[in-house]
Amino acid sequence: MFKINQLNYKGILKDLDMTIPEKKVTSILGASGSGKTTLLKLLNKMISPDSGQIYFDGQPIDDIPSVELRRQVVMLSQKPAVFPGSIKENLQIGLIFSEQPLKASKDLETVLRQVHLDKPLDTPMDKLSGGEQQRVALGRVMLMNPKVLLLDEPSSALDEETEKFVIESVIDYVKDKGKTLIMVTHHRAVAKKYSDEIIEI
Amino acid sequence: MGVIKIGTIQLILAYGFVVILLIIVKKRGLSREKEILIASIRMTLQLFITGHVLVYIFDWDHFIFTILIILLMEVFAVYNVFKRLKMDISKALKKIVAISIFIGTLSSLLIFVFVIVQVKPWYNPRYFIPIAGMLIGNAMTGISLGISRLVDGFKSQRDLIESSLMLGATKKAASKFLVDQAFDAAILPTINSMVGMGIVFLPGMMTGQILSGISPVTAIEYQIAIMLGILGSVTLTVILFLNLGYKTFYNDKDQLID
Repeated sequence: MFKINQLNYKGILKDLDMTIPEKKVTSILGASGSGKTTLLKLLNKMISPDSGQIYFDGQPIDDIPSVELRRQVVMLSQKPAVFPGSIKENLQIGLIFSEQPLKASKDLETVLRQVHLDKPLDTPMDKLSGGEQQRVALGRVMLMNPKVLLLDEPSSALDEETEKFVIESVIDYVKDKGKTLIMVTHHRAVAKKYSDEIIEI
Repeated sequence: MGVIKIGTIQLILAYGFVVILLIIVKKRGLSREKEILIASIRMTLQLFITGHVLVYIFDWDHFIFTILIILLMEVFAVYNVFKRLKMDISKALKKIVAISIFIGTLSSLLIFVFVIVQVKPWYNPRYFIPIAGMLIGNAMTGISLGISRLVDGFKSQRDLIESSLMLGATKKAASKFLVDQAFDAAILPTINSMVGMGIVFLPGMMTGQILSGISPVTAIEYQIAIMLGILGSVTLTVILFLNLGYKTFYNDKDQLID
């Protein structure tokens, strides 16, 4: 799915080479400051490398318009984005941004179940805890139905129990729909248990 | 009804108010004497010069002078906006500020002078210059507020904008809430001043016309028209600035610039 050639970025990533397989779960492990988040941002063109090339589906990502690429390769940042309004509005906003038709409430409720969040759709976002907001943000990405999901520490704000549930349902979703998942984590155990591939940087 | 002229001695007496302020400030140890003196002197000198320049221009009665003065006012307005900003802004954004002030205020000025007041001769400086002063001055205040809100927003809300881009938002969609907030902040003072007008205070232009012997009914007609003109000038300038300005925070790959 992604092929990276001799990539350099501001001294954070040096001469990086890697291949990330399609329709698999790949975990990226590394100490903090090793450039894991930077790597994800490079993959959906939030930033561009100083040198080297990234290929997506065989095509240099330089040749793909950023917005178009980001709609296929959606990234979830570690700190969940909280937009004003309710859970419902926060789930729909991904569809609005990527110019997709809105989903019916029952689809939104299905997604909430998948991320193990038992709250009414009209709950204001700012009434939720950090972990709950993160699950809404995850649901938002799943609802967008992208080819590739880039998740930056998706479970960092969750307790161990919830983490297990949430990661498992994301993995189920990804396997079920034939998506590619690239996940940054510092939990070696999580990476080992759920990934098809582990890349250390 | 003639106008009562203020004589030199009476004018000097009016400076008594400055002396009162100076005494109070001195007594309270506020150490603002220097600023007060400088402000009083600047106000006097600037108005004195302006008055004489205007007499000269009114006498000369040539369109070149009207155009030159208007352009000078525009340049001064741009310069003043930059000077008053308490933040550093990019070169690209400065260019947008200048373009917006020029286009926004000039277009509303031309509409106002040609369509609404229908000034004759078309360059009549007696109308052109004071009206330009009001339209440009208010647009300056509006755009200053708009700039601060937009620049602050891109700093403080960077995470949210970044997250929006990560979800495939266009830069326009990702910045929309900031542009809306900045627009709101920029036009609010103009709207508020309309609310209080005529009750809380009599606007300067209207007061001036009444003092010079014009019927209050004519004066309010001018005041209503100029207030709407100001609203137009602020709106045009600010919306132009925001619509062009937010783009300067992105590069050609739709990435946020550091």
